[in-house]
Amino acid sequence: MTEKTVKKTTAEPSDAGVPMVKAEGVHKSFGPVEVLKGIDLEVKPGEVFCLIGPSGSGKSTFLRCINHLEKINAGRLYVDGELVGYRQQGDKLYELRDREVAQKRRDIGMVFQRFNLFPHMTAAENVIEAPVQVKGVAKSQARERAMQLLERVGLADKAGNYPSQLSGGQQQRVAIARALAMDPKLMLFDEPTSALDPELVGDVLDVMRDLAESGMTMVVVTHEMGFAREVGDSLVFMDGGVVVESGHPRDVLTNPQHERTQSFLSKVL
Amino acid sequence: MTVDIDKTAGRETPPDGPRAIRAIPVRHYGRYVSAVIAIAVLVAIVYAFGQGKINWQAVPDYFFDDRILTGVSKTLLLTALSMVIGIVGGIVLAVMRLSKNPVTSSIAWFYIWFFRGTPVLVQLFVWFNLGLVFEYINLGPIYKDYWSSFMTPLLTALLGLGLNEAAYMAEICRAGLLAVDEGQTEAAHALGMSHSKTLRRIVIPQAMRVIVPPTGNEVINMLKTTSLVAAVQFQELFRFAQDIGQTSGSPVEMYFCAAAWYLIMTSILSVGQYYVERYYARGSSRQLPPTPLQKVKAHLTSFSSRKVAA
Repeated sequence: MTEKTVKKTTAEPSDAGVPMVKAEGVHKSFGPVEVLKGIDLEVKPGEVFCLIGPSGSGKSTFLRCINHLEKINAGRLYVDGELVGYRQQGDKLYELRDREVAQKRRDIGMVFQRFNLFPHMTAAENVIEAPVQVKGVAKSQARERAMQLLERVGLADKAGNYPSQLSGGQQQRVAIARALAMDPKLMLFDEPTSALDPELVGDVLDVMRDLAESGMTMVVVTHEMGFAREVGDSLVFMDGGVVVESGHPRDVLTNPQHERTQSFLSKVL
Repeated sequence: MTVDIDKTAGRETPPDGPRAIRAIPVRHYGRYVSAVIAIAVLVAIVYAFGQGKINWQAVPDYFFDDRILTGVSKTLLLTALSMVIGIVGGIVLAVMRLSKNPVTSSIAWFYIWFFRGTPVLVQLFVWFNLGLVFEYINLGPIYKDYWSSFMTPLLTALLGLGLNEAAYMAEICRAGLLAVDEGQTEAAHALGMSHSKTLRRIVIPQAMRVIVPPTGNEVINMLKTTSLVAAVQFQELFRFAQDIGQTSGSPVEMYFCAAAWYLIMTSILSVGQYYVERYYARGSSRQLPPTPLQKVKAHLTSFSSRKVAA
């Protein structure tokens, strides 16, 4: 309850002006292969922003650019009004040092397709690790918060288990708790349910739905059209490194304008 | 767990359950024949050694001789110190090889190429005779001496073994670091952890699982390789055994004595290695493998049912 009100009050002031994520002509190449060919989009604070599209369309790459796991080759990318990975002085760009990049990543949580939990730590230790090591939070305090978060994702009883002792769905929920422990202002989800048994997808989506209701800004790369329709505030369909169509999920999913979107959705839905 | 299951399966089948199969097992006559041949060969070898002109009594007589015991402690000391040099050097070289700086990575490559490509005995002799190249060692105001008096047998042995070992440890450490999934680094970075913290907290603990087992082998290997430094005048177990053999007139017996000591030491190290590996396996397997002691207990309690299990 308190969580909700806190989130809302912090979200309110920035609501007025600055978008949480803003991309202007973002290009990204891996060697000779151009993966992103000029992406322009805007994610408003508090919004659930869904990215859909066939594999290889560049949606995961774009997501990874947002927290600078990938460097963009051209264009500008802003998170909460600040340039990602660079500092601008006059008309010159300076690359940020590793430490400065790390500093900015604290505020951006990320959930991976393959969970990427730390296998040598228990679920609770996974959640505690970053607050203690990065923010210098006291261990006892971090542990308390970790237990709250694990409870929130429905895994309080698994706190002492190692990742290998958890199912895929449970691992992914621990991963969400781990990202939330840093109190991020933005959460990135990279196909969070793609590696899960169909039976386990629901639990993870429930946690994400709950998170969306609390007012968290979320960018979600997903193949779960049902989730996008119910929870999403905006949706973008990407193909071949460009944004093909965007709008409200209900409109795009039920009444796609573009031919490419129509053929993709006819196969997926 | 399995013990309980075996027990019920062995004693009686529940009346309403399916009837257990009772069949006459296949007889493996070939196994009996090969066992008999193997035992015969073994007996022949033991007999031959017993008949030979070896004074077996000399082995226990000198087993706890002061010089042998000193040799054992020197061998252990040399193993420990050389491994420390090897591990520290190996980590530095591995990080150098993986660094993005082309100069440091090629220097590390060259070092590994050289020290792995030449025999350790040759390296030992080179260190020992470097006085032909450098007459003096001159560290300005700190230290100045003749090379021959600076390069004591201990230092020769340590440099020879340690620097050689560093080249091997570098490759082991590098393999360990590369074996950690890239997703781990990404997850740590995404949480805002710095490069060095990611290495220390996330990558190295996981790399240890890959690094520890071959390092244990390296320690055991090193213990045996120390016998080579007898050639550069360092007094350790093998060298002392040789000396005693020459003065007491039972050289072969002393080799057996040394061999027995080496066996004892490597066996103890093997047990230690087992427990260290078990420690680093936590989290990677759902249940830790039982310790040898637990295994023995399990076998004893399930002795009656082992036939069924097998």
